[in-house]
Amino acid sequence: MTATTLQPPQVEDEIPAFRPRKRTALGTISRIVLYVVLIVASAGILLPFYWMIVSSLKTNNEVFTVPIQWLPSVPQWQHYVDIFARTEMITWLQNTAFLAVVITGLQLFTGSFAAYGFSKGRFPGRNILFLAYIGTIAVPWQSYMIPQFVIMTDLGLANTLWAMVALQAFTPFGVFLMKQFFDTIPEELSEAGRLDGLSEYGIYARIMMPLSIPAIASLTLLSFTFVWNDFLGPLIYLRNPDIWTVQLGLRTFIGQYNADYSMIMTGAVLSVLPVAIIFLLGQRFFVEGIASTGVKG
Amino acid sequence: MSSTVAGAPPARRRGTLKVRNAIIGYSFIAPNFIGFALLTLVPVILLFYYGFTDWNVFTGATFTGLDNFQRLLRDASFWKALTNTLYYSALHIPLTLVTALSLALLLNTGLRGRSFFRTVAFFPYITSIVAIAVVWNMLFSETGPINRFLAIFGLTDLPGWTASAQLAMPAVILVGVWREMGYYMLLILAGLQTIPSQLYEAAAIDGANAWKRFWNVTIPGLRPTLFFVTVMLTIGSLKVFDLILVMTDGGPGQATLVLSQFIYQKGFIENQFGYASSSAIVLFLICIAITVFQFIWNQRKDS
Repeated sequence: MTATTLQPPQVEDEIPAFRPRKRTALGTISRIVLYVVLIVASAGILLPFYWMIVSSLKTNNEVFTVPIQWLPSVPQWQHYVDIFARTEMITWLQNTAFLAVVITGLQLFTGSFAAYGFSKGRFPGRNILFLAYIGTIAVPWQSYMIPQFVIMTDLGLANTLWAMVALQAFTPFGVFLMKQFFDTIPEELSEAGRLDGLSEYGIYARIMMPLSIPAIASLTLLSFTFVWNDFLGPLIYLRNPDIWTVQLGLRTFIGQYNADYSMIMTGAVLSVLPVAIIFLLGQRFFVEGIASTGVKG
Repeated sequence: MSSTVAGAPPARRRGTLKVRNAIIGYSFIAPNFIGFALLTLVPVILLFYYGFTDWNVFTGATFTGLDNFQRLLRDASFWKALTNTLYYSALHIPLTLVTALSLALLLNTGLRGRSFFRTVAFFPYITSIVAIAVVWNMLFSETGPINRFLAIFGLTDLPGWTASAQLAMPAVILVGVWREMGYYMLLILAGLQTIPSQLYEAAAIDGANAWKRFWNVTIPGLRPTLFFVTVMLTIGSLKVFDLILVMTDGGPGQATLVLSQFIYQKGFIENQFGYASSSAIVLFLICIAITVFQFIWNQRKDS
């Protein structure tokens, strides 16, 4: 199954032949080969997800049977009910939803506000401050997580959900994404607003933000995804089980039920599902947001 | 912001206007910058203090000079973590780059259904690392589908990958490539779209075949993108942590222990904040040094 991902050189060999951009330049045979390559690659990429879903619907004994069973004999839908009884899934979902909403809201506000300053403002030190933001791209969080933890502890935030809010609400990512978009909005619009007597805050709120809906959508979806998937932040900051997020809860659940494969897969499906739905509905915004900044949150 | 205000204000008013504009400018940046400075810039600076102290939970921080670094030099676990990090990077960076570039080139041929393939390739990147780690661990298990598949080709008696000292790291690298290639593919696709199609037409008229067009038009046109992607990929590989933590927890033994995990263990498990900070300084300096090196190399290529 992983054959396609295991052997990139084979794919690489075929690229130059397909390089011409126009569809007319591709011969029928090469196009068929291209489709075969892509379909096999896609199947390889998606196979783990198929395995995950199918295993969650199997009985535990069926998961590793020989030969591999590609469909469950009788789908065990009750796993998706049982998991709520056997875990604190509701609490985890509530905590994660709370974080996703608060962090995304703060990122949108502080990120777009700062982006307006960096994009349209004229004041001393602007470029140096922005350079400080860019510089942090090269600095891994893992290298300063200990001093950061100490500061959080001093602020009394460690072991509260607010630690996660503080950790993720002010990342440079939102600033980059919004600034990229603001830079493309012509200055004439702001000038027109200024002539009409709008303050800078008025221009931000009534001209820039309404024009930036696509960027706002991108930031909202990406931010939600990062918060939902984050594992390291919660691992370090959220010690009490009643403030665990879905990822942290799932991790513990895996440790406790390490032989109950189908139940673990049920948890895995549930932890992937919300983001998968959001991604499929709004993928244009994911793609544009990533392509315009290239920076992870 | 200050450039045009109706009419030309007298000099003094222009001065106060400048101050006013600066205050407005700072007020926009402040909400984000205060959080950013307090939780990113200040910790980075503090790191260089903690790294030179013997601080742990029981004692306060006493300045101990280079003691921590001398201890690191003698610490076999640290060297193991460092070499494992380099091992991971040495394979993860080129493999991800080649697969991401290949996928991007395939999807840039204007074929039908490419947005579907793009979605598929990108999908692993947005899924929870805990979930995919547990799935891959099952796929890689002793009697799992991957070993069954390999048995068809005569590769029998393979152990569970993540339980084997030899195969654990390759397994983690493969999952890392699988997860991240779609993300870098998107960046490269965006870069490909900036190459003017006239360049390809001109090259074709000059008789350049597809291979020559790839090397003389595509690669030079992609240079800025590939540079950025390589920098991001390098930093991402050097700091690799959560994937390994959830897949192997550094094991078996120390077969997949990486630098970030060493920092985590020393700091958060053993509570040796000072010693952990000194190893974090090493990670910090490696990332900065490689980024600076890549920048200089890129500039020299440019000129």
